[in-house]
Amino acid sequence: MELISPTELAKQKVQAVQDYTLLAIRSIGNIFRKPLYLADMLQQADLIGVGSLPIVVLIGFFTGAVLAVQTANTLQRFGSITLIGQLVSLSMVRELGPVLTGILVAGRNASGMASELGSMIVTEQIDAMRALGTDPMKKLVTPRVTATVFMLFFLTIISDFVGLAGGLMVAKLLLNLDARQYWSNAWQSLVFEDVFMGLVKPVLFGFIISTVGCFYGMTARGGTQGVGRATTQAVVTASVLIIVTNFFVTQFLMNVLSYK
Amino acid sequence: MSAPTLPLDSAVIATQDHSGFAVVFEDVWLAFEENEVLRGVSFRLPLGETKALFGVAGAGKSTILKLVLGLLKPDAGRITVLGAGVAEMREQDLFALRGKIGMVFQESALFDSLTVRENVAFRLMEEHGIYSEDIDRRVREALSFVELEHTVDMLPSELSGGMRRRVAIARAIITQPELLLYDSPTGGLDPVTSNTIVELIVKQRDVYKTSSLLVSHRLQDAFTMATHEFDRQSSQLRALPRGQYCNVPMSFLVLRDGKVIFDGDIHELAQTKDDYIREYIS
Repeated sequence: MELISPTELAKQKVQAVQDYTLLAIRSIGNIFRKPLYLADMLQQADLIGVGSLPIVVLIGFFTGAVLAVQTANTLQRFGSITLIGQLVSLSMVRELGPVLTGILVAGRNASGMASELGSMIVTEQIDAMRALGTDPMKKLVTPRVTATVFMLFFLTIISDFVGLAGGLMVAKLLLNLDARQYWSNAWQSLVFEDVFMGLVKPVLFGFIISTVGCFYGMTARGGTQGVGRATTQAVVTASVLIIVTNFFVTQFLMNVLSYK
Repeated sequence: MSAPTLPLDSAVIATQDHSGFAVVFEDVWLAFEENEVLRGVSFRLPLGETKALFGVAGAGKSTILKLVLGLLKPDAGRITVLGAGVAEMREQDLFALRGKIGMVFQESALFDSLTVRENVAFRLMEEHGIYSEDIDRRVREALSFVELEHTVDMLPSELSGGMRRRVAIARAIITQPELLLYDSPTGGLDPVTSNTIVELIVKQRDVYKTSSLLVSHRLQDAFTMATHEFDRQSSQLRALPRGQYCNVPMSFLVLRDGKVIFDGDIHELAQTKDDYIREYIS
């Protein structure tokens, strides 16, 4: 393996951050410039949203269920088992719904974007597109970004809902709690701040997933090996950024906007 | 072996009018990190002419095509394509210019998730938004030009290398561009398929009078182009008598170590005294 000097490495990293920032800005800027490629957006929305739906539902449901199972013991010890609905709903809506859905979609779609665009780069299809007078940023990147942001928002809502349903199943079947009590407890404990926090995050995570996936795809070099590397890097970077961003967004909303 | 550079004075080119030329390179330099690919390249492609670019691998032939399209920017020098200075243009402005240029890539570069129909119609779809009857008619015309009408619903992966190359030509000519760029269109193909591609290029040159730059490793293809014309009545290539070679709008450009060492017609090429070129064409 070729050794790179620390200065060169630092230059490469700064260059990568600069390129990523430009891609992210252009992906948003292109929304306001014609042509809009609505058909491509819908196709991506179908691939990302509908395609991810089964796995999001499955994971959301069992996350809500296991949350109820794990916390039931502790709550029972303090005689607060009836609060299980509140615990599941707050955990799912504020944290687990957005983060787990984001990581799932990152694993499924950031890798897909990186490999698809990377393959197009190494087979000169992106150059061909530019040569045919089409802007690949508009045609390929912007539809993926808008579709991911839009669909992750709704996937997160679905994940939150099925997570609550998973908790309900455990509460009813394993803990013999009243379903109506669980549901009203879960529902009434949610306030605007919780829902707002839970819905701001998927918008940010969707943007991270799509721009990171597209960035690694568009900068893939070195044939099929390079495409494989780009795919792995896209998933790892997107997942790490989701976790880190989640912390800072939560901190921001809790401290700056006083969301408790 | 000595490699004398033929006198191609960039200063002379710079002072001349470019209105009769499809492409003008004036003292163009380009390096990728330490590697200097082009070192003061100057040439002109008159409108309606086909210029074949030769040189060993890495001589900068494909790079010239990418510079013409504005896919790469030169470090120094001026490039004028269809009257526009591409080196100074922004990427956004280049898309309109590229609409007047057709490019056939070395490995065809067809969109592998689109059918042949969608590949060929790509540029028209981008212009009009929806697939109409008119677009379908033009797709079939372009595919009929390359004799591949029957492949319209196939995917690129279902085609042979030669067929892919012909679909790429159909995609490049569907809008009847003012300038065509061919990057090794016959590279890696069997002689029969190569002859079909050469015939298509000559047909495009003689029927539509399209200016073109052709990168090739196969001298025999370029010689065929320079010594034949397309006969519309028989729809075949017709060999010209030796005295009529000069009537064919075809010239040759040879690159060596990033510099132009020859730029002229078939007669000048045959009479060159340059040892390197003589060895190259022998």
